Order: sequence, then structure tokens, then C-alpha cells
Amino acid sequence: MYLFAMPRRDAIALALFSLVVLTMPFWLAPLGASYPGLLQKFAIFGIFAIGYNILFGLTGYLSFGHAAFLGIGSYTAVWSFKLFTMDVLPAVVFAVVMAGLFALLIGWLSLKRSGIYFSILTLAFAQMSYNMAYSVLTPITNGETSLQLTLKDPRMIDLMFGPRGEGLPTASILGHNFSGFEGFYFTAVMLILAFFIAQKVFSSPFGMMLRAIKSNQTRMNYTGFNTKPYALTAFVISGMYAGLAGALLAITDPLAGAERMQWTASGEVVLMTILGGVGTLVGPVIGAWLIKYFENIFSAFNDNVLNRVFDFLPDGTQELVVAVAGKFVGEGWHLTLGLLFVLVVVFLPGGVMEGVRRVGALFQRPSKPGSGAAVRVQPAE
Amino acid sequence: MTQAEKNIVLHVADVHKNFGGLHALSDIDLQVEEGKTHAIIGPNGAGKSTLLNVIIGRIAPSRGAVVFDGKVLTGKKPHEINQMGVVRVFQTPEIFPELSVLQNVMAPAFAKRDGAFRINILKPLSAEGEIRDEAEAILEDIGLHERRLTHAGALSRGDKRRMELAMCLIQHPRLLLLDEPTAGMSRHDTNTTIDLLKKIKARGMTKVIIEHDMHVVFSLADRISVLAGGRIIAEGHPDEVRGNPKVQEAYLGGSHIPEGAH
Repeated sequence: MYLFAMPRRDAIALALFSLVVLTMPFWLAPLGASYPGLLQKFAIFGIFAIGYNILFGLTGYLSFGHAAFLGIGSYTAVWSFKLFTMDVLPAVVFAVVMAGLFALLIGWLSLKRSGIYFSILTLAFAQMSYNMAYSVLTPITNGETSLQLTLKDPRMIDLMFGPRGEGLPTASILGHNFSGFEGFYFTAVMLILAFFIAQKVFSSPFGMMLRAIKSNQTRMNYTGFNTKPYALTAFVISGMYAGLAGALLAITDPLAGAERMQWTASGEVVLMTILGGVGTLVGPVIGAWLIKYFENIFSAFNDNVLNRVFDFLPDGTQELVVAVAGKFVGEGWHLTLGLLFVLVVVFLPGGVMEGVRRVGALFQRPSKPGSGAAVRVQPAE
Repeated sequence: MTQAEKNIVLHVADVHKNFGGLHALSDIDLQVEEGKTHAIIGPNGAGKSTLLNVIIGRIAPSRGAVVFDGKVLTGKKPHEINQMGVVRVFQTPEIFPELSVLQNVMAPAFAKRDGAFRINILKPLSAEGEIRDEAEAILEDIGLHERRLTHAGALSRGDKRRMELAMCLIQHPRLLLLDEPTAGMSRHDTNTTIDLLKKIKARGMTKVIIEHDMHVVFSLADRISVLAGGRIIAEGHPDEVRGNPKVQEAYLGGSHIPEGAH
């Protein structure tokens, strides 16, 4: 009966979030990012980051190995396609369950330690998974060639209902094949669902316990809480989110490679979360969008684009500006992202969301004197 | 009086603790009666905090055991000891600085209601009216109600201590251990705390108090144990202890224990 019970503020946030996500194809068009392949990535990595934040943002446990669960989700989904059906729903369910099981095991072992040792353990497990996918597990992962669909896949359930078609099949939902923006809308609905579940966690007593663990684990123990299962539950939930994201990657492109599990991928989700705002609901999504935007759009800018942008400048200056700016776009997009990251961490330790709050406080101050100082330390309720 | 009549709820039995060659505690035998307030006093370095840490399971004794209500506490995990009804106020306030004052007080109530672990995600915190009301009532009692939405980390040290006390009281513990509950408080706050602790006493909660402030000790204690050099050198009713020359020598170097608000 409490499934849909949520504070009014959360309900409004959910409605706004849904609106923003579902209208992405429109408002991203002027930014050159409105094509299904990229929009899907926005949604998928949004899910990944939201889930990661449930662990890192709430409990403070910094995992460097969450890409492993993303990879496991992808492999499971592709296997579901190969063995059973091209329908996405079983693929999603299997992937989430499988990632959850692995998270239970890896989390249980890693949470025997805390702080830097916990981080190192998660990193070790993820790198182990990555290397095993390339070596001993080749029969399952297909090694360097990546796990792909083939014309000879058994697809037991699909073939019970109809003959094998020409060429490779594509992902479908309840018999309807995805085309155009439909794949994006499916991932978008999943992102909204993921956001809703995160809201439930954040606003629940369970979420408060996770924050309390981050705040003072000793006090939690002396208050009568067994903190380990709390942290482990958060770890498993975030692993399942990663599994869902991995499954969705496989759905939008039925292929699973081990590089998805590499430490750089694990590091990326940490960056997304910190950039957007650790421990906030929307922050990690914004972080994911920023990073994916830089990776896909900014990296495609070249001198021609820059020349067009700086067209209005006088001749000599234009060339100079383009030459300097050229170092920051195209191949140099990592430089821009790195600078952005440094600026955020130094000046806005709370990420983009802290910036938003500070700007909000500026507008509030005249009407409510003295509230400015309280804004920064407002406990998330 | 026989054991049965006295109804001993906490028994520290023959506890020794060595840190390397240092005998921090020797031959400690302490019995606390149900519903009574037992104070442990002694000069700095006497081993008071070590004793409290042994009782709460933070430090394992080298020998001996702590028995609460017929069950051995020694070797149990902190959360298990808490779930048995033994709760502690720390000398340096252990609170959740990032949470609001209200949430700090609500969290322990969940441990009391739901046990050591429960995944309660469906019902939002804002719908937990009963626990919220209880927390607000206790905050009213200790005079922190107006600050309930403040970050606990922003409270003064004295307020943090009182909030920590509230965090313990909301669990209705059977045994409350207090490590210098009024240290760092103003005279006014100390008196408020004494009144609050007296009120709990009326409800029949057993308490063990470590305290420097003689005013506090003689206001509250039913029984006093004096610790010096890791041994209990005297024990008894406050008046007996006050008059004991051994205590005056060890504790105050010969000067008299001041008359408190007895």
C-alpha cells in the first residue's frame, strides 16, 4: 500500500524528471545530440550512475569495480537472446538477477574491509572478471571477438513460434521490433523507473540508515544496527542497476565485449557521480549526460566546426582562437573534461548540483534572510 | 541481603585488562542493582573509561567476563549488546553529523523497533509518524525541539551531548552507560541534564555513570565505586564513600570531597 507513497516534493521531481527525459529528442536537437544511439547512451549511463550513487553517495563505500556488473549484465542479456528469445523483457530480468548474484558474492567479500582496502578489492575483482572474460571464460564470452548473435543461435522460444528469418534478428518487445526512436523510449522508461526506485530508497528509513553508515559507522553499531548487511544490500542494489544498464547496452546493440568491464569504465561512473553531485538524486544523471556528451559530440568537433563558430572574429584573431580552441575539442576532449572535473572538484565539491543549489540560494536570499547558509548543509530528507 | 533480593542486573566478574605490561584493570568485581544509578569515580588514568569499554564490548578483557541479565556480554558485537538493551553515551559525542537532529534521534528508534537489520524501502520516512512523534517528544524534553531540522554537526558540543543522550533514551534501554555525561556543559545545561537523568531514574532505568563532577555524582548516584590504579578501592553508599579516608587520599590527595547537592 506504500509502494507509490512518496513525499510531494519527490512526486514533483519525478514528474519533472520524466518530462525532461521523454522530451530529450527535442531539446537535445539544437545541441546536435538527438540521435537514437547517443540518446540511448544518455539513458543507460544515467541508470548506471543512479545505481552507483546508491552505494557511493549514500553509504560512502567507493567501489572501483562496478563495470564488472555492467559487463555481466551485457553477457547475460546476449545469452538470453541467443538461447531463448530476442524479447528484451527476459533479457533484462536475467541480467539484473545475474548481476545481483555476482554483486552479492563480490560485495560480501569486499565489504570485509572498508575505506581504501574496500576500493582495491572491488577493483581487483573487476579486473579479474575482465581478464577472465578474455582468457579462460572465452567459451562464454567469446573473448576478443565479443559475444555476438549468429545465424545458428538456438533461440528456443522464438523458434517455437515461427521460422528463422533472413539475417540477424533484432531486439523486440512482446513481438514488436524496435526501430527508430523506440529503443530510446524503452531505455528512457527504464531510466524513469530506475529514478523512481532510487527516490524510494532515498526517502525511506533504509536510505537514512545508509546515510548514517556514511556519517558514523561506529555510532550505527552502538545504536544496534548490523551495518554490514545494510552496506551489502546497497552494494547489491547498485550492482543490479549496473546489470540493467549492461542489458540495455546489449539490447540497443546485441553485442557484449570485455572492454565494458575494464577499470576505465568503472572509473567513468565514479567521475559521473562526482561531477554531477554525490548523494543527490539527479546529480549522477547530469554527470553521465555531461560525460557522454563530451565523449560523443565534443570529440567530433574539428577545425571546420570551430571556424564556423568563430566566424565573427577578425581574420588573424579567428585563426589564433581556432588553433587554441582546437586543442580542447576533437581528440583533445579529454583535456576539456579533465579541466571541467578539476574545476568542479575544487570549486564545487558537491558537483553540478551544488552549483544549482548555490544559484538557487542567490535568488532565495532577498525573501528569506539567513537561509543562504543553511542551504549548503541542508540534510537530504 | 542476599543476591536474589538485590536483583543484580549487571555483573562485572573478576575482570582484568593488561595493555602490554600495564595493568589497566585488576580484580574488578562490580555488581549493579536493577533500577539503581551506580557511579564510578576515580582520578584520571584510574581505568574508568577502560572499564566502561570492557562492559560495552569495545575492549576485550584479558580475563573475566561481563554478565548482563544472566547473559554473557563479553565477546558479543556492539549491535548485539545494544539489542539486548545496553546502550552507551560516549565521552566524545558519537552522532551522525550529516543528518538532521531529528533524524539522529529517529534512527535509534528504528533499531529498537525493527531490529539490527531490515530493508524498509516501501514506506517513506515521512510516513513514520509514530517514530517521528516520539523523537519530537524527547527533543522537547531536552530542549532541542526548535533545532530539530538543523544539521547535527552544527550543534554546540553541549547540545551534541544532550542529543546523544536523547538518541539513547528513545531506545528505552534497560541499562544506560554514561561516560561523563555533563563534561563540557555549562552549569545550567548540567543541571538540566541532572534533572533529565533523575526523571529517567523514576522510570526505573538502570544506569552506570562515569563522572568527574562531584555535584553530578552526589545528585544522582545510589551507589559509588571508587577506582584508583585499576582497582576498586572503595564501594558503598555515597555518604560512606564520602567519609572514607582511603578515597579522600587516592582521589583528592587528602583534601575533602566537596559537599554536593546531596
